[in-house]
Amino acid sequence: MIKPHSRRHFLAGSGAAAGALALGGPAAFAADPLKVGFVYVGPVGDFGWTHGHDLGRKAIEKEFGDKVKTTFVESVAEGPDAERVIRQLAAAGNKLIFTTSFGFMNQTVRVAKQFPKVMFEHATGYQTAKNVSAYNARFYEGRDVIGTIAGHMTKTGKFGYIASFPIPEVVMGINAFILAARKVRPDAEIKVVWVNSWFDPGKEADATKALIDQGCDVITQHTDSPAPIQTSGSRGVWCFGQASDMSSFAPDQHLTAILDVWGPYYVERTRAVLDGTWQTSNVWQGFKEGMVEMSPYNKNLPAEVVAAAEKIRKGIIDGSHHSFTGPIKDQDGKERVAAGERMSDEALLTMDWYVEGVTA
Amino acid sequence: MAPDAAVLVILTVVGAATPLLFAALGELVVEKSGVLNLGVEGMMILGAVSAFAVAVSTGSGALGVVAGMLAGMAMAFIFGVLTLTLAANQVATGLALTIFGLGLSSLMGASFIGIPVEPLAKLSIPGISQIPIIGPLFFGHDALVYLSFAAVVAIAWFLKKSRAGMILRAVGESDISAHSIGYNVIAVRYRAVLFGGAMAGLGGAFLSLSYTPLWNEGMTAGRGWIALALVVFSSWRPWRLLVGAYLFGGVTILQLYTQGAGGLGIPAQVMSMLPYLATILVLAVIAAGPWKGRLDAPACLGKPFRPST
Repeated sequence: MIKPHSRRHFLAGSGAAAGALALGGPAAFAADPLKVGFVYVGPVGDFGWTHGHDLGRKAIEKEFGDKVKTTFVESVAEGPDAERVIRQLAAAGNKLIFTTSFGFMNQTVRVAKQFPKVMFEHATGYQTAKNVSAYNARFYEGRDVIGTIAGHMTKTGKFGYIASFPIPEVVMGINAFILAARKVRPDAEIKVVWVNSWFDPGKEADATKALIDQGCDVITQHTDSPAPIQTSGSRGVWCFGQASDMSSFAPDQHLTAILDVWGPYYVERTRAVLDGTWQTSNVWQGFKEGMVEMSPYNKNLPAEVVAAAEKIRKGIIDGSHHSFTGPIKDQDGKERVAAGERMSDEALLTMDWYVEGVTA
Repeated sequence: MAPDAAVLVILTVVGAATPLLFAALGELVVEKSGVLNLGVEGMMILGAVSAFAVAVSTGSGALGVVAGMLAGMAMAFIFGVLTLTLAANQVATGLALTIFGLGLSSLMGASFIGIPVEPLAKLSIPGISQIPIIGPLFFGHDALVYLSFAAVVAIAWFLKKSRAGMILRAVGESDISAHSIGYNVIAVRYRAVLFGGAMAGLGGAFLSLSYTPLWNEGMTAGRGWIALALVVFSSWRPWRLLVGAYLFGGVTILQLYTQGAGGLGIPAQVMSMLPYLATILVLAVIAAGPWKGRLDAPACLGKPFRPST
């Protein structure tokens, strides 16, 4: 192992050698563990989004053992503070840094400019740079499945959606859900309540109560705590887990959950850094690649509903079905996507309009 | 709004207001004794995790509530030793207490994530709890909700009428005078701080056992800070605090219901601001009003006391 002291000495002694060292990247220090940093927006114990990323981090540790050393900083606010945290991780010698929330994007890109030899991986954003990759999961595919289930299971035709912030990711999820549901139940509508937080169990539960009181009989969420599941369970309405299997909070009502599976991607990217083959990429993976999965279906789901849900999932995998296939009309009834046309990834990632049937 | 729909809204408001009320009532007593404890959030979350852990392990919600109070008191005791015995800076110590509480609760709660717990039992009087409107409104809550109202009455009486309450206020208004006529300032403040810890712990226990009966890291989500603000809002009066907690909880819930009903064309972000705007507005009105005794903070608030022998 090369001691920090001798490394300094070495660098001071030969500029040319230092240049070579920089080109060689982390592989030059094969004996040193590769330091991998994670920035989380919530606590690792949120049982949702951040929990999922932390499972990915553990997958890296499991795969590479003492060849890697991972660290994480949890509950980092999406603001100026994030930049400080990311910079600290970079300055502490992490050579690969995962920033796992949309609101860390600009900060990640800014810090990446200052640390050209550190590789950054930003989740759910759209900006990339020489040392910044973007990765995202096609959660809307999962929303397509649960929307289909909701369309079958609803009696009132009203769905409640507990939403965090009006970013394309969330808007896309709401739209995918109601598009799928209206294929089964054409008069269905969705009520959206924004709690302006990714994680506030109390407020999420209150929003759930508000939606149920207003006639919604299926609840879904784009926030990270299991509180909406628990409230739905106690009120006897159907619900879907977010990011983790949350069925323990409503064993009879939790129909399925959309799971985020980050492990394989994290392992692959870490291996690329270890091998020195890391390159900027921008991936958006779904059911097909295994980045999105459904948790086991509830026993209360009739077999034909499960079959309808599986049909959607398999159709997405074999490419015969796309969640955003026209005709799609927006809230005002104007046609946005022509019949038979599939929305491009770019259009989806910048989606800022609601489809028919959304009250938000 | 139909009457039974209004009842549902009010029930949700009760859930949102009760934890704030507990934590803020405790802090009110602490501040009346001249001590500023900014560690409410930390005491609250430690109360939440302890209550949850004990309730899950023993199967008894009541034991959980007691554990929550004791955990809050333990945190408050640390604060007391540092600021009262060692006369450390109260603001810095309180902030440290919050950060410590958030970290410690994550550690303690790590093995309790993803486990549901039986919520505290709701009052159910055959025949009466089933009466439309009145039944659910007055006879359908869990014990902690009734306790929170009782606490308002008791604390108002204690501060205004009881001898011990007057001594406590004297200590908060002029510690030197109280000391010079023979009262033990530090002992009075210790008791107040421990009481504040118990109440914050109770608020936390309500969160993890009744409001959302689960444990999640950081589940207090800033409610301790709201409680602190409510104390100022109430200008240190228990009855105004009750109004404040329900006003804040009420506006929070109403904006969620309004959003569900279509939002009246108001952007959701503006709606989320409403509880805070309403609180600021009322505060400004109180501060600017012509009535006497507007924002009378205890004179010794936040000042360390070193008894001269």
